[in-house]
Parts: sequence; C-alpha cells; structure tokens
Amino acid sequence: MTTRAKDINETTPWQKLTPGGEIYEGGTSILVDTGSWRTMRPIFHEEKCTHCMLCYPFCPDSSIPVVGGRRLDFDLMHCKGCGICFKICPVNAITFVKEEA
Amino acid sequence: MSIKERLSGNEAVAIAMKQINPDVMGAFPITPSTEIPQYFSGYVANGEVDTEFVAVESEHSAMSTCFAAQAAGARAVTATSSAGMAFMWEMLYVTASARLPVTMALVNRALTGPININNDHSDSMGARDSGWIQLYSESNQEAYDNFIMAMPIGENKSVRLPVMVCQDGFITSHAVENIELLEDDDVKRFVGHYEPEHYLLKKENPLAVGPYDISAYYMDHKILQAEAMKNAKSVILSVAKDFEKLTGRSYGFFEEYMMEDAETAIVVIGSSAGTAKEAIRELRSSGNKVGLIKIRVFRPFPMEELAEALAHVKAIAVMDKCEGFSACGGPLFAETRSALYDLDVRPKSINYVYGLGGRDIRVEDFKFIFRELESIVKTGQTGKIYRHLGQREEGVLK
Repeated sequence: MTTRAKDINETTPWQKLTPGGEIYEGGTSILVDTGSWRTMRPIFHEEKCTHCMLCYPFCPDSSIPVVGGRRLDFDLMHCKGCGICFKICPVNAITFVKEEA
Repeated sequence: MSIKERLSGNEAVAIAMKQINPDVMGAFPITPSTEIPQYFSGYVANGEVDTEFVAVESEHSAMSTCFAAQAAGARAVTATSSAGMAFMWEMLYVTASARLPVTMALVNRALTGPININNDHSDSMGARDSGWIQLYSESNQEAYDNFIMAMPIGENKSVRLPVMVCQDGFITSHAVENIELLEDDDVKRFVGHYEPEHYLLKKENPLAVGPYDISAYYMDHKILQAEAMKNAKSVILSVAKDFEKLTGRSYGFFEEYMMEDAETAIVVIGSSAGTAKEAIRELRSSGNKVGLIKIRVFRPFPMEELAEALAHVKAIAVMDKCEGFSACGGPLFAETRSALYDLDVRPKSINYVYGLGGRDIRVEDFKFIFRELESIVKTGQTGKIYRHLGQREEGVLK
C-alpha cells in the first residue's frame, strides 16, 4: 500500500496505512497540527510591524510566513508558543497571551 | 547439477552467502557463529563476492548496519549467537517493524547466565516475539537450504519481514557432514534480485523510514505487521515448492517422521530430531507405533497444521531446548498445547525441558520419553506435565 501522507489521518483504517509507517514524500510535517501543544499564543499587530524580518529567522519552527518581503500573520497550526518572536520584536508588534482553554 | 561436499554448518551457511553475494554484511564475531563472518570476510578479501563487509564494533551496530543498508535498497546479512543477538535486541524490533527483510544466520547458543557457549535455544526463543520469521535446521544441509530460501520468503511483497535461519551451535555449526550444494547460478536465479518498491537511494521517490508513531497509528501498524506474518505462511510453502523443484528436497512448516499410524509422538526443534529419529527407528523395529514432528517454522507458528498432524495421536511430549521460566513449561510446549485445544479429541501432552547449555540428549533418553508416553496412554494419567530431562537427581544412580 503506497498511501500518501496527505491522505492519512486519524480516521484511516489500518489496511490503508503504509508498511512500517513509511512516508513516501518530503516535507510532510507541514500536514501535522503541532500547534495544539501551545499554552501561550503570540498575537501579530500588523499596524506596528516594520517588516524588519528579525522575527522570521528567530522562529525555531516555520510559523512566520513571509511573502514578497512582507511578514504575514502567524501559522498557528505549527506555532508551539515559545515566545522568542515576542522577545525579539524591536517595535512591540507582537504580544504574548495565555491560550484560552 | 548439485555439488557433493562435506562441510560444517557454519561453512555451509557462509557458502550460501557467497553464492547469494549480498550487498552488505554487518557482523561482529561471537562463538559459535564466528566462523560465518570469518569465512565470508575471506571471500570478500579474495574478490569472490563484491559485498561491502562492515566490521562493526558491536552487534547493536551490526543490526543497525543491516537495517540501514536494507532501507537504502541493499540486501543485508549478518550472523550471530546468544549474547550477540541479545545485544541486537532493540534493532531486531526496529528492523522487523520497519519491515526490512534482513537475513540473519543465528547459531543457537545458551543465553547467559551463567555464561556458557554451548547449544540451546534460549537466544532465539527469547526473540520469538520480535517479529522475525524463524526457520530452524536439523542438519548442515537444512541450514544451507533454509538460508537460500530465506530471502525469497522475507523479501516477498506481501511479507517484507526479516528472517533468522537457526542452527544448533557446535552440534550443527562445527560438525562436518556430507552436503549437496547448488551451483552458484542456480542459487542466484533462485534468490533473484532484491527489488523493493521504495528505498532510500531511489532519488525520484523520497522516503522516510521508521518515523515516530503516535498512539493514533502505532497499533494499526502493528496489525499490518501481524498480517505480514500471517501472509508469510503461504509464501514459505510456495518458496519450498520451488526449492523442491530445483533440488528434490522437500520442506514444510514441520517434518512428520513416521507419524501416519503413530500413537505417541515427540515434537522437537533442531538437531535433536536426528537422535529422536534413531530412537524411533529402533522402537518401530520392535513394533512400537511412535513418531516425530520436527518444527522447521516456529514464526509464523503453524498452529492449525500442527493440530491436524497431532490429532490422531494419544499422547505427545513437547521438547523445549530452552527454559522459559514460566513455571509451567517452555515456549514450544505452550504453543503446541494451545494448538491442540481447538481439537475435539486431543492427545495428552507433557513437556520436557532438555539440553540446556549443551547438555547431551541420547537415543536412550528419547526411548525413555516414549516409555513415559506409553504409560500415560495405558493409565490415562498424565502425571507431572512440566518436566526436565538430563539433569542429575539426588538419590538416582545412573
């Protein structure tokens, strides 16, 4: 069975899984919701952002999308809430709040 | 044309490996399997094979090497014994669960302790739940034949499981016997090329092997693995059929020796079967209806087939060359007796744990067991079920 990772989720029956859990393509971690571990959430204030691009390389995951030289809002599906971007932002364009239950 | 030779079991397996010419061997020496990588490294040095021989620093690394090579798309082999295999423990499971058909020559030796280098089955029996197919051999010929059949079984797309080919340390591994070898070309044709659908070095097909499995997937992957072990049953038989066409030598899950009209029978694994057969020949000549089942395939366990083969027998003794410390018998006994449970009328059964750490078993010992079975049939009383054989007893003179 050569089911692709994008077609596998927690409702997939065992018959459709791959032998040994093999994964037949690269970059599949983007499909997995790892943001659910977060206890703190960063909030992006676009009006204050100067797009200095300091937060982007400091993010230990890939939760700050940049398109055409502009920083977009957080990818919260993968953000673990470490708060590094909040610490590093020189213009207070990021705040850091408790996740609501 | 077959080649008549006389070889030790270790040399026979090393020659099977040479004829197969695998891509990688990762191995570390340990008695009594040391000769296998020793002979094989000679073939590498002489250019008789083009195998990459990886002289690792431990058995954990030996199996890691085989795992990685097989995942990369290569055919990998190793050889080990006893504590060597115990040191591979984690990687045995990793290799089986990643569904990588590595082939291992296991030369059975008692597993420490106290430390002992002689034969019993405590090493492979301990690994019976690791997900490896297990083939056992009575003789050098069977060790050679089983090794040649191992890859077509393990690499079959419906199986994809590693295979250990077991033979008895020293008894089989070091004793020189007559043997019929196949021509190199016949072995290469029979074993074929290893052509996995996915492998790490296939650049057009990116692959991740052995990813972390959360509880939402782990159980489902284990069921896939269990299904593969079930699939192995028909593959083992069809590979044996092809092998018989090539060699005239016939193999199944087990060998039935004089079982047709047997009233009592012994179930045994490995080289002791030869001794048991001699006892049976002698007992048969004086009219006793006795027989033997020699287990060749322990994983997957041939439960239905074994029950059918034993259904007509009145009493059986199951022989474990391994002390399972269950306080109620060895592993072969547990599974054989479990197989009998589904029969409406089943034989009475007793267990003998014997031969630990190289303790000898003789023709007289098997005759003694058949006398015990006869008395169980006569009296209808099974008596003690979990027994030991061959030990010195207080107050009993030999």
